[in-house]
Amino acid sequence: MQFFTTWLEYFREVSGGLGSAVQLAIISLTLGYPLALFLAILLDHKNRYLRWLTIIFVELGRGIPLLVLLYIFYQGLPQIDVVPSALTAAVIAFTWSTAGYATEIIRASINSVPPGQIEGANSIGLSPRDRFRFVVLPQAARIALPPLMGLAIVMFQLTSLAYVIAISEVMQAAYFLGTKTFDYLPVFVAAAAVYAVITIPAAILVASLEKRISRFAT
Amino acid sequence: MFLIILQGLAWTIAITIVSFSFGAVLGIFIVAGRLSRFALIRAISRIAIELIRNVPPLVWLFIVYFGVAELGPKLSPFAAAIVTFSVIASVYLGEIYRGGYASLPKGQLEAAKSIGLNRANIALRIVIPQVFRTVSPSMVTYAIGLMKDSALASTIGVVEMTFRANQITQTTGQGLTAFTIVGLIYLLISLPLGAWARHVDQRVRERYVVI
Repeated sequence: MQFFTTWLEYFREVSGGLGSAVQLAIISLTLGYPLALFLAILLDHKNRYLRWLTIIFVELGRGIPLLVLLYIFYQGLPQIDVVPSALTAAVIAFTWSTAGYATEIIRASINSVPPGQIEGANSIGLSPRDRFRFVVLPQAARIALPPLMGLAIVMFQLTSLAYVIAISEVMQAAYFLGTKTFDYLPVFVAAAAVYAVITIPAAILVASLEKRISRFAT
Repeated sequence: MFLIILQGLAWTIAITIVSFSFGAVLGIFIVAGRLSRFALIRAISRIAIELIRNVPPLVWLFIVYFGVAELGPKLSPFAAAIVTFSVIASVYLGEIYRGGYASLPKGQLEAAKSIGLNRANIALRIVIPQVFRTVSPSMVTYAIGLMKDSALASTIGVVEMTFRANQITQTTGQGLTAFTIVGLIYLLISLPLGAWARHVDQRVRERYVVI
């Protein structure tokens, strides 16, 4: 019993980092998803160089480990006399990574809209712009929603990485508590529980949403 | 500087390959548990899978490295990284195997049973070779993700690429150069592997359409 009350105390203390973690996740997602939509559209641009630049930007965001991106902005930029705050560095790195993955999701969703829809839009004389806004995008959004929500869960988990650049999120709180109490195992299990309490219900929600959406598909 | 980073690359590759190999074997047990005849085993596997996937890898790494040391002998950073990433890999690879198994045409199993093969022979000669072929592109894609995740091992002191870049930053202040090189090395490995996986995937798909 004593053990359990101590553990609950750890859980309470570690969950104090949740605010920063959620904040970082929400900022990066609200910046990253619109950016991803923009990038997904640019991938179809007439200008070849613009297309290539977009591909490079997306591949860098996806291909470089997020941890390394974090270090590039936080530890790297001072080399050229730019010293961002930890939060700024984290937001840039997380947004880039989010945008990279989300661009792929949005692009795949746009491509999976049945071609008949586009032909239909053409036949009633919609301009390419209206065709995209009123026909392709709403349908692609429905397809993209579950994977984008899945990505949001992953990005929330990854906020744990921000611990390395001294952002006071969950892992930072856990590590601090661990070095104070030397009770590492219960403390990090508490950290695991703090994440799981959010991610597991969220994952169940996404799975049920996916099922519902696929029921209406085609 | 470049040489120091390349020395780290050896550790990055070592963590990735060793964890991937353990994970590939353990994953068979995960999928066996998930598809077990016994409801209890299915439930336990399901809970274990969800727990492992929904808690960040960094937390698992710290539980294994700092936490487990309280109970028994302290693992070296490298061993802790291998244990953590092998278990995580086994779960993801297990789910990939399950997807491959689900896409196996039913007639294959029925035919195998009808010619009197026993369960072990069906698994070894019919199921595993075919499933392995369909899932190999997904496995390569996962291996790329695993390599990127292995950067986390730097936080517990494994001297892989990211750790080396950190050292260089501390001693020379040339963090931008060091981490950019590291980032590009990850990219240089993952891009061709990813392209190859897509190519194989295309071929597998084409073949399956014919059947």
